[in-house]
Amino acid sequence: MSNRGMVIVGAGETGVRAAFALRELGYRGAVTLLGEEPHIPYERPPLSKAGGEAETVRAIVSNQSYGEAGISFRPGVRVRSIDRSSHELQLEGGENFPYERLLLATGATPRELPGLASQSRVHVLRTIEHAAAIRRHMGEGRHIAVLGGGFIGLELAAMGRMLGAAVTLIEVQPRILMRGVPEALALALQERHEAEGVVLHCGITVDTIDAGDDEVRIRLADGSDIRADALVVGIGAQPNVSLALQAGLVIDNGIAVDHHLATCDSDIFAAGDCCSFPLPIYAGRRVRLESWRNAQEQGALAAANMLGASQIFNAVPWFWSDQYDITLQVAGLADGATCHVRRTLSPQAQILFHLGDGGRLLAASGLGVGNAVARDIRLAEMMIAKAATPAPEALSDPSVKLKSML
Amino acid sequence: MSTWIEVCDKNDIDEEDVIRFDHEGRSFAIYRSPQDSFHATDGHCTHENVHLADGLVMDDIIECPKHNGRFNYKTGQAKGAPVCINLKTYPVKVDAGRVFVQVG
Repeated sequence: MSNRGMVIVGAGETGVRAAFALRELGYRGAVTLLGEEPHIPYERPPLSKAGGEAETVRAIVSNQSYGEAGISFRPGVRVRSIDRSSHELQLEGGENFPYERLLLATGATPRELPGLASQSRVHVLRTIEHAAAIRRHMGEGRHIAVLGGGFIGLELAAMGRMLGAAVTLIEVQPRILMRGVPEALALALQERHEAEGVVLHCGITVDTIDAGDDEVRIRLADGSDIRADALVVGIGAQPNVSLALQAGLVIDNGIAVDHHLATCDSDIFAAGDCCSFPLPIYAGRRVRLESWRNAQEQGALAAANMLGASQIFNAVPWFWSDQYDITLQVAGLADGATCHVRRTLSPQAQILFHLGDGGRLLAASGLGVGNAVARDIRLAEMMIAKAATPAPEALSDPSVKLKSML
Repeated sequence: MSTWIEVCDKNDIDEEDVIRFDHEGRSFAIYRSPQDSFHATDGHCTHENVHLADGLVMDDIIECPKHNGRFNYKTGQAKGAPVCINLKTYPVKVDAGRVFVQVG
């Protein structure tokens, strides 16, 4: 290959994993990792979790690792455009930067409420600056309102309570976690939040939000009037596609890639939160995932294919969420399931298996204290990958080891 | 001087499985391999503070329950991203059906 080298746009989990994977796979040309943020790449999952080290930013790898691996990491760089014909990036500031092959790992941006994005008491969560701003409202005697009962909103609600703040959570859907988590587990989690003192408003719309200098006032359709020190908006994220769009790449709920994670330009790949891809285990259904594991796996696979491999991405989607001392884990996509089987591991730990046509295991979701469900979810993931059709009676019987059903 | 610390009966650990063992403020993971050999490592993953006893044992590999970091529990070797730091291992012996670890 020429000396133009491999260039990665986006220095999150995906971009970093791809950069190191290129080296692990023996690539000796130039590897450049361009990040918009001014920081060394860091882990995002801890930003919404009340861990002991939450105040400190956790780097994905140490600063010196980049130099040791011969990876040129450039923070604070915005890419303005891609010139596909000359294989060059135009950086903000005027520099042109050549590439042999390009990986777009541009991530996603939290959705904001129209007209409220610039308010100092209204926050979204993606970066360490966001996390720090939110945390300032989370002490004793503070009241934080959260809009959105998804993973981010719920984790922040739990964090708020653990740090002593009053928390009100508003979800316009009839229950929390409508997308991707079965009702039984969502309700168990909902109960826990209420037991911890979170005030929940589900199935109700917001009439007005007034963000002032001293407080945020939220009026709900039923007349409830919520006054909080801050509002955190956790209503999903949109893939960052502007660069790809400008370059004329196909967009379809994210940068559209094939099962090799290649875009319609065979020298440009996309991976992580920013891309949508077909998933062979679910009949080629096109999905876009925002998860840590997906970022890792796609970064690594895109790197291999940038070097000429033809690996097919076919991993079982996997998510986790930590709230209080509870972990929720989901493997697979439960949409299309016709039968749900419960396995009770203990009074505090349960797993639901979601079976589709022909008894095929499509997904499994588990909720439990600590990592009580982790092992069984991992085994379920292996069964999902194999398109297994486990007997429901065995799935529901905790004395039958899942390992024996592999 | 290192001494042998009694952990459990050998049948307290299933084949190809792992249990947690805490001793004097330290935590370990004790494994029984599919070949019926016994092994011990530090209890927590080197990537994050997550106990490996909740993880999955497959052949010689323990997989962290949180991020799927993989280690060879017989040698402690980290098997690639996201884990890059090896696990510390400890000698184990079985005597009269009881498992002992030398935690020194």
